[in-house]
Amino acid sequence: MADVITRDTAAAAMTAGRMEGPRGAKPKRSISPRNVFIYGTLLLVSIYYLLPLYVMIVTSLKGMPEIRLGNIFAPPVEITFEPWVKAWATACTGLNCDGLSRGFWNSVQITVPSVILSIAIASVNGYALANWRFKGADVFFTILIFGAFIPYQVMLYPIVILLRELGIYGTLWGLILVHTIFGMPILTLLFRNYFTTVPEELFKAARVDGAGFWGIYFKIMLPMSLPIFVVAMIIQITGIWNDFLFGVVYTKPDVYPMTVQLNNIVNSVQGVKEYNVNMAATIITGLVPLFIYFVSGKLFVRGIAAGAVKG
Amino acid sequence: MTSVSIRDLTLKFGSLEVLKSLNLDIDEGEFLVLLGPSGCGKSTLLNCIAGLLDISDGQIFIGGNNVTWSEPSERGIGMVFQSYALYPQMSVEGNLAFGLKNARMPKDEIEKRIARAAEVLQIEPLLKRKPAQLSGGQRQRVAIGRALVRDVDVFLFDEPLSNLDAKLRAELRVEIKRLHHRLKNTMIYVTHDQIEALTLADRIAIMRNGIIQQLDTPHEIYNRPVNLYVAGFMGSPGMNFIEGELSHHSEAALNFSSTKVPLGRYPFASDDRPGKAIFGIRPEHVSCGAAASDEPFSIDVEIEVVEPMGADTLVWAVLDGREFRFRVDGQSELRAGQTTRIGFDPAKASIFDAQTELRL
Amino acid sequence: MTTIPAPAATQRPIRLFRNKAAKIAAIPMILTALVVFMGGTIWTVVFSFTKSRLLPKAQFIGLDQYERLWSSSKWGIAIENMVIYGLCSLVFSLIIGFVLAALLDQKIRFENTFRTIMLYPFALSFIVTGLVWQWILNPDFGIQKVVRATGWESFSFDPLNNQEIVIYGILIAGLWQGTGLIMCLMLAGLRGIDEDIWKASRVDGIPAWKTYLFIVIPMMRPVFVTTLVIIASGIVRLYDLVVAQTSGGPGIASEVPAKYVYDAMFLSQNLGQGFAGSTMMLLAVLIVLIPWAYMEFGGRKRG
Repeated sequence: MADVITRDTAAAAMTAGRMEGPRGAKPKRSISPRNVFIYGTLLLVSIYYLLPLYVMIVTSLKGMPEIRLGNIFAPPVEITFEPWVKAWATACTGLNCDGLSRGFWNSVQITVPSVILSIAIASVNGYALANWRFKGADVFFTILIFGAFIPYQVMLYPIVILLRELGIYGTLWGLILVHTIFGMPILTLLFRNYFTTVPEELFKAARVDGAGFWGIYFKIMLPMSLPIFVVAMIIQITGIWNDFLFGVVYTKPDVYPMTVQLNNIVNSVQGVKEYNVNMAATIITGLVPLFIYFVSGKLFVRGIAAGAVKG
Repeated sequence: MTSVSIRDLTLKFGSLEVLKSLNLDIDEGEFLVLLGPSGCGKSTLLNCIAGLLDISDGQIFIGGNNVTWSEPSERGIGMVFQSYALYPQMSVEGNLAFGLKNARMPKDEIEKRIARAAEVLQIEPLLKRKPAQLSGGQRQRVAIGRALVRDVDVFLFDEPLSNLDAKLRAELRVEIKRLHHRLKNTMIYVTHDQIEALTLADRIAIMRNGIIQQLDTPHEIYNRPVNLYVAGFMGSPGMNFIEGELSHHSEAALNFSSTKVPLGRYPFASDDRPGKAIFGIRPEHVSCGAAASDEPFSIDVEIEVVEPMGADTLVWAVLDGREFRFRVDGQSELRAGQTTRIGFDPAKASIFDAQTELRL
Repeated sequence: MTTIPAPAATQRPIRLFRNKAAKIAAIPMILTALVVFMGGTIWTVVFSFTKSRLLPKAQFIGLDQYERLWSSSKWGIAIENMVIYGLCSLVFSLIIGFVLAALLDQKIRFENTFRTIMLYPFALSFIVTGLVWQWILNPDFGIQKVVRATGWESFSFDPLNNQEIVIYGILIAGLWQGTGLIMCLMLAGLRGIDEDIWKASRVDGIPAWKTYLFIVIPMMRPVFVTTLVIIASGIVRLYDLVVAQTSGGPGIASEVPAKYVYDAMFLSQNLGQGFAGSTMMLLAVLIVLIPWAYMEFGGRKRG
C-alpha cells in the first residue's frame, strides 16, 4: 500500500508546481506540503554535496585567464584539457616535474599488493576466529580491535624502528606492510562477522567429510563468500588509495603515493598558482575511489556499514 | 553387539556442566532417539559422538574402537543436519563426492557409491543440480545421501526433519524408517518431536539438563514413565496430574478434596509409601459417558471448554476443583457447561512421589 | 575407508597442538596485536618520559616532556582546535546525519540517488576534500568573490585566512566529507526498527516527530553509541584535512594534535615531544573508549 502511495507522491513532487494537485477527499497524496518539504530539503542538500565536485570539474576545464576573471561556479566558456595533461605529465613537486603520473603508478604499486596481502591474511584470521575458536584467540582479537581505536600517531615511531630493523623503511614494501597491519582490525572483524553467519552445520558437515582447516577455507568458505571479499576490496582500495599519513611517514619522495604528491603539487609555494592544474590533479587523484564508489553501489554502503558493526 | 558406547561422558563449558557423567550403550543396528526439550544436551551429546565437540572427560567407543580423540571423519560416522548443510556452490554430485575425495578414494569407486546412494534415495535425476534448485525434501535426501556414500556403520541425525513442513516431515519419517530397515545401520537420532521419537525409535533416551532420565522402548516410556518429568514430557496433550494424599487402610487410595481414587489395581513399582503423591492419567485413558461406569473408578466432571480436533475432541473439565483433560471421539456431542460422567482404570495411571517425583 | 587410528587416539592430545592450523594461521594477527599494537603503544608511552630528540634515547626525565608540551602555545591551540572541531562535528554530524536519514526513510523515490550523492564525498581522500574546499573558500576566486560580484561589496567570508575562525573552515570540509557516512549508519539503524512500531504509533495518533524523539531515537541508542565512537576516533585522527587545507596556518591557528605530533617527530627532531603528544592523544581516546567498552561489553557479561 505504502509503495503505491509513495510512487505517486514522488512523481508528483518531482513535477511540483507544474501540476495541479488533485482535489478530492483523499488526503496525503501528491504535492502535500510534507512532500514539498522532503524533496525540497533533499534537493538543496544534494546541491550542497555536489557543488565541490562540480567546481572541481569546471575549474579543471578552464584556462587561467578565465579563472581570474570569471566566477568559480560558472561553466567554462572555452573547454581546455590542457590542465589535465599538465597535471598528469608535467606538474612539478620540488625538483621532479613529471606530474602526477609518478604518484599514480606508485599508488598502484602500493595498493595492489597491500589489498591482496591484507585481505588474504585477514580473511584467514577471521575464519580461524569464527570457526576454529581456540583458547586465547578472543584475547588477541580484543587487542586487535582496541588497536583500531589507538591513534596512529602512537604507533608511528615504533613502526619506523620495526621497518628499519626489517630493512624496508622508506620502500614500497614497508608501506605495504604498514597497510596490511592497519587494515587487519577492520578486515578481520568484517570476515569474522561474516563467517560466523555461515551456518555452523555446514562447517560441521565438512569436518565429518574429512576436510581440514585449509580444505574448508578454500573449498567451502571461499567460494561462498565472494561478496564479502568484494566488500573488503572496496574498503581497502579506497582506504589505501586515500591514505596520506602512512605514505608521508614511511616512504621517500621517489615512491610517494599519489595523495602525498598531490598535496605537494598543490601546496607548493614556488611559482604561480595554477588553479586549473591543481583542480585537475585533485580530480585525477579522486578518480580511482570515485570509480570504485559508483561502480560498487550497494556493496560500498555495506562496506562502510561493516566498519560500524560491533564485534 | 554394542555399536556405540559412551562412558562417563562429561562436557563442561567453563563452569557449566552440559553433560554430566553420561553412560549410554547402543546396539548394532539399533535406532536410538535422543529426545528432549531444547537445551537438554541432546544435540550436544550427538556432536560429542561425532567428534565435533571436545569432551571434558570420559570415553567414546564406536565399533569397538576408542574414538574419544579421533577426528570426526575417522570415526566411522555419517551425519545429517537440521539445515541440511549442503555445500551451496557444489552440485548434488559434488556434495556426495566431497567426503570421498577428501579420503582420496579412487574415482570409479566414488562414482559407484554415488550411483548406489542415488538409487537408494531416488535422487538420480538431481545429481547435476545445485542445492538451491532443490526443494526441502530433496535437500534432506541429498544430506542423507552424503552420509550414505560414506558407507559407515553409524548414522547420526541432528533434528533432520525440523525444517520441513508437517506433510513432508511425515513422508520423510517413513522413508527414514524404511531406510533403516533396508540398511540395518546403527542410527542415533536427535529430535524434540515426540511423534518422531515414538514412531522411529527402537529405544528412546529422554534427556533433561544433560542427564538421561529414562532409556527404554517407546511403549515403556509412554506407559510407564519413571518420573514426573518424563510423564509430563511425553504425550500431547499432556498427562493429567492430581496431587493428593496416599492412604493405605484396607487398600491403597489417593485422596484429594472430597474424592478418593482407589489404587488397588495399580501395580506399585516401589515399596515407598510417602504421604503426598501425584497421580497421573493420560487424557486418552479416560472414558466418558456410558462407558465411564464400566471403569473401576468413575466421577462426575463439569465441562469448561471443548476443542474439536477432527478425529477426536479434547475436553477441558473440572474434576473436584482440579483442571482435568480427556479425549473423546470426534463425533461426541459434549458441550461446555454440561456435567458428564468420566471413568478410568487406575492400573493405567502413573503415580509419583510428590517429593522425589519418582514413579511409585 | 574407516581406518580407525590405533590406541594413540585414546590419549588426550596436548592442548597446544590441537587446532594447530588455526593457530598458525592466526600468527599474523597475534604478532600485530602484541608487537605492533600493544608493544608499539607501550614503547611510545615509555619513551615519552625520556629525553629523546633526534633519536630515541632511554634517558628518563620524568614528566619534563609533558610540562614542555602543556606550556607550548602550539599544543594549546592544537587542543583547543580539537575540542572545537570535535564538539561541532559531533553535534552537527549527528543532527544532520539523523535528519537526512529520517528524510530518506520516508519511502521516497530516488532514495538511492540521494544516498549516492550524499555519500560520495566519503569515498574521497581528506587531501582531495581539503584541496577542493581550499579552492572554494579561496577569498580571491571562491564564494567571497562570487557574492561580492553580485553587488554586496562588503561581504566577507574568508575562514581559511582568519585565525579566529579557521577551524570552522576546516569543519565545513570535514562535515561535507563525513556526514554521508553518519547518515548511512543512521539509515541502517532506522531500517532496523520494527515497522510495527510505526504502525502502532500511527494507530495511537502520535505525531511523527514525537515518535522519532521519544520512541525511535531511544531505540536507536546502540547506533548512536557506535556512531559516536566512530566520529570521536575520527576527531582525534584529524590530520590530512588540515595539512591539505591550511598546513596548520594561518600561523599556527589551525594546528591539531596529530599534526603537532607528526611535526615534532619528523620535522623538528623532537621525538620526546612527539611521544608525549601522542600519549596524550591516546589518553583522550581511552577516556572515550573505556566507558564505551565497559557499557557495551562489560555490562553484557554480567547480564
